[in-house]
Amino acid sequence: MLEIRFHGRGGQGTVVASKMLAVGVAKEGKYVQAFPEFGVERRGAPVVAFIRIDEGPIYIKSKIYQPDHIVILDPTLIGAVDVTEGLKPGAWIIVNSEKEPDKFDFGKDFKVATIDATSIAIKYRLGSKTSPIVNTAILGAVIRVLNPCSLESLIDGIKEEAPVKPEENAQAAKEAYERVKGGDL
Amino acid sequence: MRKVLMGNHALSWGATLSRVQVIAAYPITPQTQVVELLSEICADGTLDAKFIKVESEHSAMAACIGASATGARAFTATSAQGLALMHEMLHWAVGGRLPVVMGNINRAMAPPWTIWTEQNDSLSQRDTGWMQVYCQNNQEVLDSVIQAYKVSENQKVLLPTMIVLDAFVLSHTMEVVEIPEQEKVDEYLPPYNPPYKLDPKEPHAFGGLTGPDGYFELRYMIQEAMEEAKNVWKETGKEFGELFGREYGLIETYRVDDADFLIISSATIASTARVAVDVLRDKGVKAGLLRVRVFRPFPSEEVRDVVKGVKKAVVIDRNISFGASGIFYQEVKAALYNEEHKPPVFGIITGLGGRDVRVEDIVEMSEDVLKREKPESDIIWKGVRV
Repeated sequence: MLEIRFHGRGGQGTVVASKMLAVGVAKEGKYVQAFPEFGVERRGAPVVAFIRIDEGPIYIKSKIYQPDHIVILDPTLIGAVDVTEGLKPGAWIIVNSEKEPDKFDFGKDFKVATIDATSIAIKYRLGSKTSPIVNTAILGAVIRVLNPCSLESLIDGIKEEAPVKPEENAQAAKEAYERVKGGDL
Repeated sequence: MRKVLMGNHALSWGATLSRVQVIAAYPITPQTQVVELLSEICADGTLDAKFIKVESEHSAMAACIGASATGARAFTATSAQGLALMHEMLHWAVGGRLPVVMGNINRAMAPPWTIWTEQNDSLSQRDTGWMQVYCQNNQEVLDSVIQAYKVSENQKVLLPTMIVLDAFVLSHTMEVVEIPEQEKVDEYLPPYNPPYKLDPKEPHAFGGLTGPDGYFELRYMIQEAMEEAKNVWKETGKEFGELFGREYGLIETYRVDDADFLIISSATIASTARVAVDVLRDKGVKAGLLRVRVFRPFPSEEVRDVVKGVKKAVVIDRNISFGASGIFYQEVKAALYNEEHKPPVFGIITGLGGRDVRVEDIVEMSEDVLKREKPESDIIWKGVRV
């Protein structure tokens, strides 16, 4: 079973990202469970979303406390919330940042990948310049680094679930898939 | 067709595939998406149903009752305070023998104001005469709506059904759901055609004043219908399995054949408990699981058959009857009382107000119970910070 936690801020499409990924993964016949942090969401406030992926039915219905990997949609959350809480050793941390991966030190033996999802989102006019919707770009990076499903399946998921601009969102994911930096990628 | 659906939308899909004709609902967190999607489906013409916006849950149920009395298939959904506000009308639907189906998202009761899961809202309606089905995943939510109409509309039953799902843990959680083909659903669930209905061309009175000479018998008939419903749920669940490949019963068991320790629970805690059973088995405990799916009518016989063979059983309740104990715990014990050989049954209360229940919590509770000889009290609290 693969368990991923997404960190973002209300309005960035964090929960929708987990749904799009879920749809992509489900297209390949796998089982998936995607859920927000249960409760209330406010624009700009830190939010988390979770996804479980497995080959067979998923019976566990509790939250995820020890994710295999995390995805950070907003780098200003680093230090503001304990993003690595419970994170398993050897995990990937995928960060939306224009910086090189080695500029981040999360300690332990975590591996870091970076993707400038913000500029990709602005390029494809997703959201506004001041509050771009970075979720589809970050997903392209997730596919490249963690390979939960193929890029094609993800793009199918994006096209089904994107509330607006399905083509542009798909392009953003593709570009992020190519541009993500980290490790041997 | 495989789709990723939140539990709330699984309810909407279930209602749509059942070709409901009247939907009346009032929004309440965490139920809102159920009716949001249904209103879209009605607006775009996919579903030929009358969508009635009402000013309260009391009115929502009243509208469903009126619709059902004319022979229409009616649906609503609510949660917590909304369900409580419907209370008077719930009795009316039962006494009127109307096969209304509703989704109830299990949410803890206020005050304090809260939105997270707990079973006290639906269990407070236990004695109204509504049938109650507690679901463990979104597939079961969708499938159970379709089955519910088939059981409720059965002429031997004619009682309403409440499909119950945990707030957020199912309502807002996306899971892979197989959507049955409409043609096959139509084959399984033919249109509702009651022998008696409100019809201006053929006037009848319904629910008029009834004195002690008649009322008693009408209550007896409701209980008879409840008893009959046990068989109908089993048959309908089996037939569902034959057509759609997913069979359902009043209860579900896991690894009980050689079990000497039994975990009994419902809804999503029972789903998580399945994993706990595997963990306990790996540790050398012969554990098994009994999930109570249909709570009303209560499957006493099925429960007895499984429980009487084990050495110890524990009931995990996400609810409480204040001044007594966990409600499923009471029901299980009551079902066993007249058995000559019965194991000690322990009652755990946990997860109230949506407190998360993890696999390791269930393993820990089980190991705690395994150390005890017999229950010293009716409640073992798990996870409460006092």
